[in-house]
Amino acid sequence: MRKKYLVITAALSLSLTFAGCSDSNSEEANQGNVVKVYNWGDYIDEDVIAQFEEETGIDVIYDTFSTNEEMYAKIASDPSLYDVICPSDYMIQKMIENNLLSEINWDNVPNIENIDSLMMDRVSDFDPGNKYTVPYTYGTVGILYNTSMVDEEITSWDVLWDETYKNNIIMQDSVRDAFAVALKKLGYSLNSTNEHELEQAKDLLHEQYPLVKAYAIDEVRDKMINGAAALGVIYSGEYLYCSEENPDLAYVVPEEGSNLWIDGWVITSGSKNKENAEKWLDFLARPEIALKNFEYITYSTPNVAAQEMIDEEYLEDPAVFPDEEIINRCEIFQYLGQEMEDLYYEMWKLVK
Amino acid sequence: MNKKKWLSTPYLIWMIAFTVIPLLLIGYYGFTTRDGSFTIQNITAIFSPAHSKALLKSLYLSLLCTVVCLLLAYPLALILKNKNVGQGGFVIMIFILPMWMNFLLRTYAWLNLLDDGGIIERIFSLVNIPYQSIIGTDAAIILGMVYNFLPFMILPLFNVLTKMDENVINAASDLGANSFQTFIKIILPLSLPGIVSGITMVFVPSLTTFVISDLLGARKIMLIGNIIEQEFSIADNRHLGSGLSLVLMIFILASMALINRYDKNGEGNAF
Repeated sequence: MRKKYLVITAALSLSLTFAGCSDSNSEEANQGNVVKVYNWGDYIDEDVIAQFEEETGIDVIYDTFSTNEEMYAKIASDPSLYDVICPSDYMIQKMIENNLLSEINWDNVPNIENIDSLMMDRVSDFDPGNKYTVPYTYGTVGILYNTSMVDEEITSWDVLWDETYKNNIIMQDSVRDAFAVALKKLGYSLNSTNEHELEQAKDLLHEQYPLVKAYAIDEVRDKMINGAAALGVIYSGEYLYCSEENPDLAYVVPEEGSNLWIDGWVITSGSKNKENAEKWLDFLARPEIALKNFEYITYSTPNVAAQEMIDEEYLEDPAVFPDEEIINRCEIFQYLGQEMEDLYYEMWKLVK
Repeated sequence: MNKKKWLSTPYLIWMIAFTVIPLLLIGYYGFTTRDGSFTIQNITAIFSPAHSKALLKSLYLSLLCTVVCLLLAYPLALILKNKNVGQGGFVIMIFILPMWMNFLLRTYAWLNLLDDGGIIERIFSLVNIPYQSIIGTDAAIILGMVYNFLPFMILPLFNVLTKMDENVINAASDLGANSFQTFIKIILPLSLPGIVSGITMVFVPSLTTFVISDLLGARKIMLIGNIIEQEFSIADNRHLGSGLSLVLMIFILASMALINRYDKNGEGNAF
């Protein structure tokens, strides 16, 4: 999910869309041995792509997206545009329900045994029977805070409503993540479909509005590194990078609970290169490849064999690899259906 | 004449493909629900609190921006009118020069200038003046709008003022008008086409912008452009997005009508 390009890159890439189209068309013309990959921006070590091409002789056509929703709109319009994509939990569920994914032939992906079986269990929450998903990364949503600007120990979401941090808070600018914070603070499920609960969460977020310095997604990372704010709501995968750039930054998953998210690779229902796609999945689940990607993107990997090669220091840091106690108070997002999605968004517009 | 008709074919195709069909699509989506049945809810949705608030905010900010642009551009155009062609052209070029660079990059540059830890803050701290970033406030958005759209006000005003017949002004002073009277009774009415054209060219893009508010508003300020953009990109609801676009189009058509009324000869056109 969650390393995305800056707004500007996204907007500039719009102007490159035409060039991009003609590119992949000409690639299609020689219809050789290809696999079309659609991933989050900056979410893989590019050396891995080159290594895959060298080893298998398959050409990788690689494109990136910046939100689940943007990716969904594209795949829904034509599922054969890409072979493999990397959405998040609730989006995988939505795509399964709308017949946009294709079941994986696990015989072709033997490396799936490297993935934590506990993780496969959790994936079955949104992918019943583990038919579609090879988990890629996982993590939590929490508060990144600057210890040189915050004296107290932070344990609760309440701090995001504390007047002393007025104009010092950066809030997530995405509907589900923002509502998850408010719903959890109120003690409700972050998959709530109760209109009354959502109403309360909306009021709470509206109350927070004057304290918020900025709503952001990608920029939370840079703003926190620059010390532009004391507190920011962020994905755990960003923490390692942030703390290396600015050692004052610490990460906490508040005790009321939070969101546990899982990003995984899936094959589209329109895939024309399914076997190549399965080779791609198998390749990424290889321990040394998973390790390489972890070192580059710093998002926790569910690959147990890769974890064995990772420094103890990281493995024992609950901010990087959340422990059972943290995971147990977190919930995975579920796809709540179009009507609920519209209601969430309707409420979100009233917050600002 | 008819023999040359085929020459217009490319333009016809262009207009059909890039104007007529998209408009029909917006019309279709605007009046349908997700399952394809007819509705006017996407249009009446403008009256819901979130949408009307964003629309009023957009109207307020774009009107303010237009006034500021007019107040800045008119005196400048008056000064340039009295310069010779070369000097005037040079100054105009200075004002247009930034437009050679991508609009997005220029706005992004303002973000870097104004943001915490930005260049302006560093300069202020050198001379020990406390600096409070204006990013995320109305002021930042007005600044971004004025900066980006000012040339669209200067050009039509400059055009209309330089083309004005000097003899008319001379006649006014011969007949005893002082410079204030000349301005109010002669120059201002004659430059009206330029003013109206400039107002429209500033008002319309600032009413519909979402990039400026996105970058300089810290995503705290939702303009109607942001609402529409996010209906497409985030909410996956092109029906509501199209409906709101149709409402916004009414405001744009109204300003077009205004232009046609005052600027029949196209004198105020910028280019």
